Amino acid sequence: MIRTEHVKKSFDDKQVLKGLNLTFYDGKTNLIIGRSGAGKTVLLKILVGLMAPTAGKVWYGEREFTALSKKELRAIRMEVGMLFQGSALFDSMTVEENIRFPMDMFSNKSTKEKQMRVDYCLERVELSGVNKKFPSEISGGMQKRVGIARSIVLEPKYLFCDEPNSGLDPKTSLVIDKLISSITKENNITTVINTHDMNSVMEIGENIALLHEGNVVWTGDKSEVLTTDNETLENFIFASPFLLKLRDSFVKK
Amino acid sequence: MYWRETMRQMEDIGLGSFLIVFLISIFIGAVTAVQFAYQLTGFTIPRYYVGYIVRDMTLIEMAPTITCLVLAGKVGSNIAAEIGGMQQKEHVAAMEIMGVNTSSFLVLPRLLACMLMIPVLVCMASFFSMIGAYLGSVPTGMFTGDEFVRGLRAFFDSHHVVMMLVKAFVFGIVLCMVSCYQGYYVKTGSVELGKSSTQAVVISNILILVSDYLIAMVLT
Ligand SMILES: Nc1ncnc2c1ncn2[C@@H]1O[C@H](COP(=O)(O)OP(=O)(O)OP(=O)(O)O)[C@@H](O)[C@H]1O
Ligand SMILES: [Mg+2]
Repeated sequence: MIRTEHVKKSFDDKQVLKGLNLTFYDGKTNLIIGRSGAGKTVLLKILVGLMAPTAGKVWYGEREFTALSKKELRAIRMEVGMLFQGSALFDSMTVEENIRFPMDMFSNKSTKEKQMRVDYCLERVELSGVNKKFPSEISGGMQKRVGIARSIVLEPKYLFCDEPNSGLDPKTSLVIDKLISSITKENNITTVINTHDMNSVMEIGENIALLHEGNVVWTGDKSEVLTTDNETLENFIFASPFLLKLRDSFVKK
Repeated sequence: MYWRETMRQMEDIGLGSFLIVFLISIFIGAVTAVQFAYQLTGFTIPRYYVGYIVRDMTLIEMAPTITCLVLAGKVGSNIAAEIGGMQQKEHVAAMEIMGVNTSSFLVLPRLLACMLMIPVLVCMASFFSMIGAYLGSVPTGMFTGDEFVRGLRAFFDSHHVVMMLVKAFVFGIVLCMVSCYQGYYVKTGSVELGKSSTQAVVISNILILVSDYLIAMVLT
């Protein structure tokens, strides 16, 4: 479980996050949604320690994450996996070397065990057989999946995904959402996902927080989205008149 | 993993720079010999002195300094662009999240490779310079091969070799650290990436010349 306590963040005199109290649960897909520029990426970077909050605390279970020393931070990061918005695969390495990289750095498994783990992770993301390809030789959706494989190779307890399906077609998005969701369930991981994709919200949203102008204005799960009377959420999810109409006809039935 | 990365960098920096070092050394050597032979005509200085002057010039100044200025352009800009690109594409952040100490993982292998390979390259440069000097002057009939070789062997002072190695070692560290720093602290955008790699070369060049002066002051 991860908790934020009055987390604030400002850049110069611009307040991006205005005191967030959020809880992200184990074994659930926790979603942070909000419009472009709402501060989702900033929040995620604070959660993983790539940015320090201006004020407030982040707790990983009983451990106060924001008070850790650099060394302790590195230790806790062994339990963290992250999928970046642009995948961030190392382009001088093959797919296989990318996935093996965290193990090469930190685990003393034998070469054979590492190979088995790589193959398992690739199979898990349904990408067997691309081991020797370079990131530039596979599609964006495949890169995302390799990114996921790399982030779960050390069996993390916490998984963060920054817009896992931006730039992907709805079908591929769904595959990736399902994948993240099932990995979360299987290993009882605390997963935090940034998204502004309404398909994801409706498919895998279990604990959703809507960020708007630096505040959390709504929390709930996907079943509560359809019947919400929160205006900001309505504006965000049913952005077009067409979707609004669709929702109305759906809810009436 | 550190070891493998170090080997990769050594190959990149060492083997990758061999050809350019070879070419510039041959020509610098030839030019030095021809120029000195020209300057000394008319004086009553023995002709074999040309070999002697070429040798010391090469060891003390030409081989380490010119080679490192060129390497700052080749290796330095490469290091800055590579690390800068990794920073911009969030590779560095991704490694950080995995728990990697990125500043040491990105800098140490390169530093080690520079500290080892640049002195080796400079030694080769001085060797090739002398060959270049021979090829540039003897076949054109400025003096005989015997005279030249006699010059090369005259008044040898091993202190000059030490000086060459010290310079190569220091310049290697300077160009590596400057370039790593420029790459690691790059801002976003491809314009900034270009700037940081140019900065890496310019600043390394200046610092190499400054430290050249300082080493000359201290060691002579
Ligand atoms: N390093 C920074 N320096 C200054 N301002 C920043 C920085 N990072 C983010 N911001 C500002 O914080 C705000 C939130 O940015 P953020 O990237 O978190 O948005 P986002 O919700 O992830 O948007 P998107 O959905 O487009 O990715 C933006 O207005 C941005 O200008
Ligand atoms: Mg973002």
